[in-house]
Amino acid sequence: MIRLSHVVKTFPNGALVLKDVSFHIQKGEFVFLTGHSGAGKSTLLRLLYAEQRPTQGEVRVGGHLVHALKADEIPRLRRRLGIVFQDFRLLEDRTAGENIAFALEVTGARTDTIPARVTRVLTQVGLAPRAQAYPRELSGGEQQRVAIARALVNDPAILLADEPTGNLDERATRGVFQLLREINAGGTVVVMATHDLDLVRQTTYRTIEMREGAVVYDSAQDDAGGAEAR
Amino acid sequence: MRLLFREALLSFRRAPLLSALSVTTIAFSLFTVGLFGLVALNLREALRGIEERVEIVAFVLRGTPPETITVASEDVASFPEVLSVAYVTEDDALARARRELVEFRDAYRDLQTNPLPASLEIRLREGFRDAVHAEAVASRLQGFSFVEDVRYGRDWVEQLDDLRNLAGILGLVIGGVFAAVAIVIIGVTIRLTLLQRAREIHIMRLVGATNWFIRGPFLLEGGLKGLMGGVLALLLCYGGYAVFRGNTPALAGLVFFQPIHMLVIIVFGVLLGLLGSLISVGRHLRMIGGRTDRRIV
Repeated sequence: MIRLSHVVKTFPNGALVLKDVSFHIQKGEFVFLTGHSGAGKSTLLRLLYAEQRPTQGEVRVGGHLVHALKADEIPRLRRRLGIVFQDFRLLEDRTAGENIAFALEVTGARTDTIPARVTRVLTQVGLAPRAQAYPRELSGGEQQRVAIARALVNDPAILLADEPTGNLDERATRGVFQLLREINAGGTVVVMATHDLDLVRQTTYRTIEMREGAVVYDSAQDDAGGAEAR
Repeated sequence: MRLLFREALLSFRRAPLLSALSVTTIAFSLFTVGLFGLVALNLREALRGIEERVEIVAFVLRGTPPETITVASEDVASFPEVLSVAYVTEDDALARARRELVEFRDAYRDLQTNPLPASLEIRLREGFRDAVHAEAVASRLQGFSFVEDVRYGRDWVEQLDDLRNLAGILGLVIGGVFAAVAIVIIGVTIRLTLLQRAREIHIMRLVGATNWFIRGPFLLEGGLKGLMGGVLALLLCYGGYAVFRGNTPALAGLVFFQPIHMLVIIVFGVLLGLLGSLISVGRHLRMIGGRTDRRIV
């Protein structure tokens, strides 16, 4: 589903942020991407959704050669991905329902199908009764659920989550994490960058740990529980 | 399609002041161009009136038989440049002199013989009323054996040429400068809208909206503002035109734009709007674009 081969990323200022990163994520996996801030987790995710281009190496996502995509091919890739951020990135002047509908409208979905699809994902994240609420009227956990619903509405094969619980209290974190697990149980690949090790330790999901731009531990290859993270 | 218009029109509602400002600046840019256009148009009208009076006079040798002149004037009339040929006999010339040169009326009355020669007065067709063509016709007239002398206001015709060329060049330069200013202003206002909506655009890109989809509303917005600016500019021009014509009797003959000119101004406004927004959106999309290393939003 996702395959990185010898990926190197250098920023224009010369900083080397990814050093020869290679791994393979298969269908149905839930993968934690861990490491301190600045370890390269976010950059790695950005390579996956073609926000940035690797300096060297190959990035394959769901059959797309992402490292070689032309600008006008990127939207096709992104419609197969769901992307969630720490800061939710909702539009403040639109209701929860409208935020989700927006994602459908701008990708050219048929207008008559939109309300039903919005209701379906809102139900899936447990927020159907809050469809008319504006982001400011929702708690952090609820806002993140709306963002996840928006990410799900195009039925993505892969969900990329960059510190999705970073702004949430413990209870909301548990709720959002449970939601991500349910989504994964439905067959969607989930890649979640986080530095919340408590969360990581709760499960036996595969963990890829990064430090200073390099993969220093991958539970799929090293013996389970061998890293200092555990 | 509905979404496209909704988004484009929404920007007017979201930022009414900014939108009004950009429409006004486009209007003023086009207004200035329009005013200059009106001046040029009226100058051209005025010149046309003067030009119609550009004529070449060929003085005829005394004693030339009228038949020869009649035949020759038919010849001259068939020159491609020539609009009309009038034969002014010696008597006609004297009569005209008595009529027009009042101060010398007494002198002319006492004359024993008519000192004035007969002449052919030649008017040129539109498009040939310039120094080059006048000279060509004049030199051909010199070739007739009965023609004593040919006169045409050479300097005067040349000055007319220069004036017209200057008006044209000035119009192009000033029009070009204002067009550039208008493009920049539209670009800036669209850019402000872009920054206002950066978050939305960012999300559109994340969920996989195409660049053309993102551009669409902005191009439409630019085009609409150009259209409104163009119409407003025409209204302002008409206002200025009406004031000038109304207050100055000497300018009562001023003309306003033909429908085709108005269409050109409006189309020009729309093009300016489109160009300004295209440049601005293109730069913005590249800047936050998927293939740069800059951070977004």
